[in-house]
Amino acid sequence: MDDLIIAGEKFSSRLIMGTGGAPSLEVLDQALAASGTELTTVAMRRLDPSARGSVLDVLRRRGIKVLPNTAGCFTAGEAVLTARLAREALGTNWVKLEVIADERTLLPDPIETFDAAERLVADGFVVLPYIGDDPALARRLEQAGCAAVMPLGAPIGSGLGIRNPHNIELIVEAAGVPVILDAGIGTASDAALAMELGCDAVLLATAVTRAQRPDLMAAAMRSAVQAGRLARQAGRIPRRRYAEASSPMTP
Amino acid sequence: MKVTINGSPREVPDGTTVAQAVRILTTATTGVAVAVNDEVVTRGSWDTTALGDSDRVEVLTAVQGG
Repeated sequence: MDDLIIAGEKFSSRLIMGTGGAPSLEVLDQALAASGTELTTVAMRRLDPSARGSVLDVLRRRGIKVLPNTAGCFTAGEAVLTARLAREALGTNWVKLEVIADERTLLPDPIETFDAAERLVADGFVVLPYIGDDPALARRLEQAGCAAVMPLGAPIGSGLGIRNPHNIELIVEAAGVPVILDAGIGTASDAALAMELGCDAVLLATAVTRAQRPDLMAAAMRSAVQAGRLARQAGRIPRRRYAEASSPMTP
Repeated sequence: MKVTINGSPREVPDGTTVAQAVRILTTATTGVAVAVNDEVVTRGSWDTTALGDSDRVEVLTAVQGG
């Protein structure tokens, strides 16, 4: 499969993993290994002196690049501070920008997200914003200097798949930066569809970490992303209303 | 003087530095970042930055999420 390139950095895997929802670091470790991911998100939280083991150790052992996110932030100001703390703690200027509007839907707040994106780009960050499936906002964020755009398929953790494939296609058509389908993936066919629609990568967590067998689902996602990418590059046949014979009709 | 470290009120000696405040929670110096009153204090400044009365200290690290 061809490489994914974000901000000049190459990845041979187009599956970006999240780490939320795993019952233990051991389960997470096995799932990450099975997924083949090379880029994985972590959240920033108050240090808990009683916590044993660290998600960072897992990622370091696997040679996976860490992508800090700003999960839990409701305002641009909170997100900018969290990104700066992540840069300090983790030594990376990459950030998955996530500013949510409310706790019930966890939908991204477009106004706060755009505000934070402008400030973080100006501060030298490689910004990957999580957004709704809004082609206009995706274009504005690219113009603002974001390194990728990450439209949702459906609300975080919902497993509802891609609710508006048409908008995802519109975002892909217009984008000059990678489009990463983020949130809503429930099973392997959702990930394959994202890639068939032309997304450059898929980010998922819950679909794997809360599956009955996380390592198996991670392997399924890995294959689905590869299959979807190949299908996209192959170029699918047009949909037809009626049959078209694939064998000669005359004897 | 009174400061708040990760949301908990604490009594610390005058002149306590950011580095000393961090050591109350952890001996780790990597994978950890500190903000005082919503401003990042870079690791190189931990030893030379003294806390003031009522300062809010946040000590963060990476956890599973997203």
